[in-house]
Amino acid sequence: MKLRTSAMLILGAALLVIVGCKEAEILGGIAQGLGGPVGGYAESAVKGGVAVAKSMEDFTPEQEYYIGRAVTASLLTTYRPLNDQAANDYVNRLGQSLALFSDLPLTYGGYHFQIVDSNEINAFAAPGGLILVTRGLIRCCPDETALAAVLAHEIAHVQNKDALRAISKSRVTQALGVIGGETVKHLAGAELAELTGIFADSVGDVMTTMVNNGYSRSYEHQADQGAVTILTRAGYDPAGLAVMLRTMQTRLTPGGSDFASTHPAPADRLEKLVQIGQRTPSAEPASRAARFKRALASL
Amino acid sequence: MNWKHSGCAVVAGLTLAVVTAFAAQVMNVQVKEGQVRSTPSFVGKIVGKAGYGQSVNVLEQRGDWSQVSFAGVGGWMHASALTSADLDLQSGSGAPSSVSGQEMALAGKGFNSQVEKEYRQSHGGDFAGVDRMERNTVPTETLMAFLKDGGVKPQGGAQ
Repeated sequence: MKLRTSAMLILGAALLVIVGCKEAEILGGIAQGLGGPVGGYAESAVKGGVAVAKSMEDFTPEQEYYIGRAVTASLLTTYRPLNDQAANDYVNRLGQSLALFSDLPLTYGGYHFQIVDSNEINAFAAPGGLILVTRGLIRCCPDETALAAVLAHEIAHVQNKDALRAISKSRVTQALGVIGGETVKHLAGAELAELTGIFADSVGDVMTTMVNNGYSRSYEHQADQGAVTILTRAGYDPAGLAVMLRTMQTRLTPGGSDFASTHPAPADRLEKLVQIGQRTPSAEPASRAARFKRALASL
Repeated sequence: MNWKHSGCAVVAGLTLAVVTAFAAQVMNVQVKEGQVRSTPSFVGKIVGKAGYGQSVNVLEQRGDWSQVSFAGVGGWMHASALTSADLDLQSGSGAPSSVSGQEMALAGKGFNSQVEKEYRQSHGGDFAGVDRMERNTVPTETLMAFLKDGGVKPQGGAQ
């Protein structure tokens, strides 16, 4: 870890040499536009060795958590929570079990799942582990193994920090300029307003990508591969992912506003899952089949 | 057999080197409430808790688990709960009255409860729904029982 930090510092210093002066001008310009403390803003960012946002790793897990809360709060105004305690408890038990077997079993606030009352075939994984799944997507799952595949795919998006990657680098740089201010002990007045503005824009970036544009095909394929790993480690048959994708293929409306517009076609995703192929998952034990049916009967 | 013994010796040596390398390394807790367990496993008994920003001494690493000690507490924490990065915590001094002292003391700089409060006033959102989601936390023992009851046999990872 120390080596990585040193490497990052060296990289940061190199970037500073290359773009330092120009970046300071840009930072100063942004600060002026926002009515912030012009000189101090630009100066503290450069002094702190943060000229260019390196990646989503610039956000601490706590900051990721607050972005995730705001993204989810915003989503829940459109996709209303389904108030079915038994169904939500079941999805949380399944989802939180799977998260234990991911590469990121613990996040700042933990993984939490919520069924939303929509017939769309859709799901959203906000930064930090807040995951929404529509009633329509759950209906695409013939059994628990298939539903586990849906949840594992969303958990993989969280572990890969895909939503955070949607935030524009310039916003991260702006945020770090304010956060990294040497005199900042607590935020007040103009600094708080400025940071809240950057926060709102960051939430907007995530929403635009998740709801309108979707992730890149490579992110989706990586999430499918991540799901296969999680399912295998947990003890679920990863072929459940193929079952779910084949069901989706028959139900998605081409050009629709749900998964169809934000995800690669199920056939395309299936093609990449060579290790699953056309295999049919083994039959589930009776106890597993019964609890799936019992918990989700009302959906 | 000789090869096997040599291999074991190499593995043992490497393990010792790794353990030595991590001796008494200081790391910080990066989750809201880190659980300290009696054994390096999610089924280990919880023997203590460590809040966000708590510094811990890492004595040993075993797979994804770190043996830690801090403030008289000793046990195992999962690697994803720890970071060697500086979490840049607030000083807590001069906190505005709109945010409680305890919240500010625990908050890091940047996007925190103070920023969320400002954001809620200007943008709204169903934060009550988010709070309800966060209350649904299932104990690890219950999760393991859930898998077992469904005939799911874990192959790796969280054991």
